[in-house]
Amino acid sequence: MGSVGAKDVPVLLTADGKRIDGRRLDELRPLKITAGALHAADGSAFVEWGANKVMAAVYGPREVHPRHLQENNKAIVQCRYNMAAFSVDERKRPGLDRRSQEISKVIGEAFESVIFVEEYPRTSIDVYIEVLQANAGTRCAGLVAASVALADAGIPMVDLLPAVAVGKVAGEIVLDLKKEEDNYGEADLPMALVPQSGRLVLLQMEGHMTKAELSKALDLGVKGCQQVYEVMKDALRSRYAVGRSAPGEAAA
Amino acid sequence: MSDEVTAEILTTHLLELARAGKRLDGRGADEYRPIHVEPGFVASADGSALATIGNTKVVSGVKLEIGKPYPDTPNAGTLTTNAELVPLSSPTFEPGPPHPRAIEVSRVVDRAIRAAETIDLKKLCVTPGEKNWTCFVDIHVIDHSGNLIDTALLAALTALSHTVTPAKRFGVGEVDTPLVVEHFPVECTFVRLGETIVVDPSFDEERAGQGRITVATDEVGNVVAMQKGLIGAFSPDDVRDVVDRAFRHGDRMRAIARGN
Repeated sequence: MGSVGAKDVPVLLTADGKRIDGRRLDELRPLKITAGALHAADGSAFVEWGANKVMAAVYGPREVHPRHLQENNKAIVQCRYNMAAFSVDERKRPGLDRRSQEISKVIGEAFESVIFVEEYPRTSIDVYIEVLQANAGTRCAGLVAASVALADAGIPMVDLLPAVAVGKVAGEIVLDLKKEEDNYGEADLPMALVPQSGRLVLLQMEGHMTKAELSKALDLGVKGCQQVYEVMKDALRSRYAVGRSAPGEAAA
Repeated sequence: MSDEVTAEILTTHLLELARAGKRLDGRGADEYRPIHVEPGFVASADGSALATIGNTKVVSGVKLEIGKPYPDTPNAGTLTTNAELVPLSSPTFEPGPPHPRAIEVSRVVDRAIRAAETIDLKKLCVTPGEKNWTCFVDIHVIDHSGNLIDTALLAALTALSHTVTPAKRFGVGEVDTPLVVEHFPVECTFVRLGETIVVDPSFDEERAGQGRITVATDEVGNVVAMQKGLIGAFSPDDVRDVVDRAFRHGDRMRAIARGN
């Protein structure tokens, strides 16, 4: 979204269709996922995605705090998405602002849509996401990290939840926005896909898109999610392949 | 406990009705409850409106104040949207710090107003670098019978469309002029009941629903904001379907907000 009074708008798309970092319109930034990156948590993952660095940890199923949130027929999923003060250019005031609370809510609801919560009544599955270094797409990176962490914790789910943001930059629909594209682009549409059903459990959008552009963005996002899905499965395979150990354990 | 049992029976009933193409209050799947707006509901605000969709009632008031521009936007005013889900509006709302669901309503309404460029913030500049207008859009949900987001934005848009800039009160002009509304965003919310997706969910339909999705459109054919919420999922084709429906309902709601 072009902010008011913004100056020095960078060239986001070159004449030969290359993006600010040389990517094609439908190309993801480099994505690396490490499953089981932490020692104390029941499950964890570290995601490096472009210039994003995001850590996720899962605890539970465990007792519900505060107690009154407990549900008799299912587990609840409590998610906390938090950005470190040093994760952005201008220091962010520590703690959960309204943006973080909204993101926590929609990510928590996305996971509760795929976890078999009926299996663990009166418990809480706590998902913690810490954004250490941010460069657009942190909610998707956080969701991907948390999804791998949930699998690492052995929580039964319908499927993993790959996520990616699609956007509109210099009039074109593009995959996986980086910071400049997010700041000066025309639209941003983060989504999370359940690969098994082909349905979306997280979907947000802000900016300007026609019906036709939106339709194209949905298709591109689904394709992007499928690529992310493969990287997620690979991360779990290398964590659990016989004879290998995760980085978190190697040090222990 | 009885509450849970009632909820279970009601959920099953709503899903069975939806399968037969029916709803508890007799509406069709793509039918809103009656929509009304009453501009100028609060005389102490610079612009205000009461919006009702069915039994859901939301009051929005706009207040303008003179402030100092941010250093990075010396030629622009500011716009702040805030929604409060006060305990009077529902037995399920408690006093205390804002619940995530109130924050979500606030942010989803704010996102539509902002992304649609409803107000040209440059027109809120009084003296570059020194004085600007700060525009507060406050939203009070006073009766919650479902679909807070659509009702809240309708109230806010109607209030903005009937706002007068209080130049005389702040000594920055001789005449109070109407605030110029550039675009008219409207949000349409849907919930999934089984394989049926219904528009304008009632309180019970929201509770029984398997996922909620909101689409904000403007008057020139853009989707300007979307939000999927609650537990559930939508296929890309479901999203295309609700976007089509949101454009159809949106034009009618825009006419209501603008008073024609």
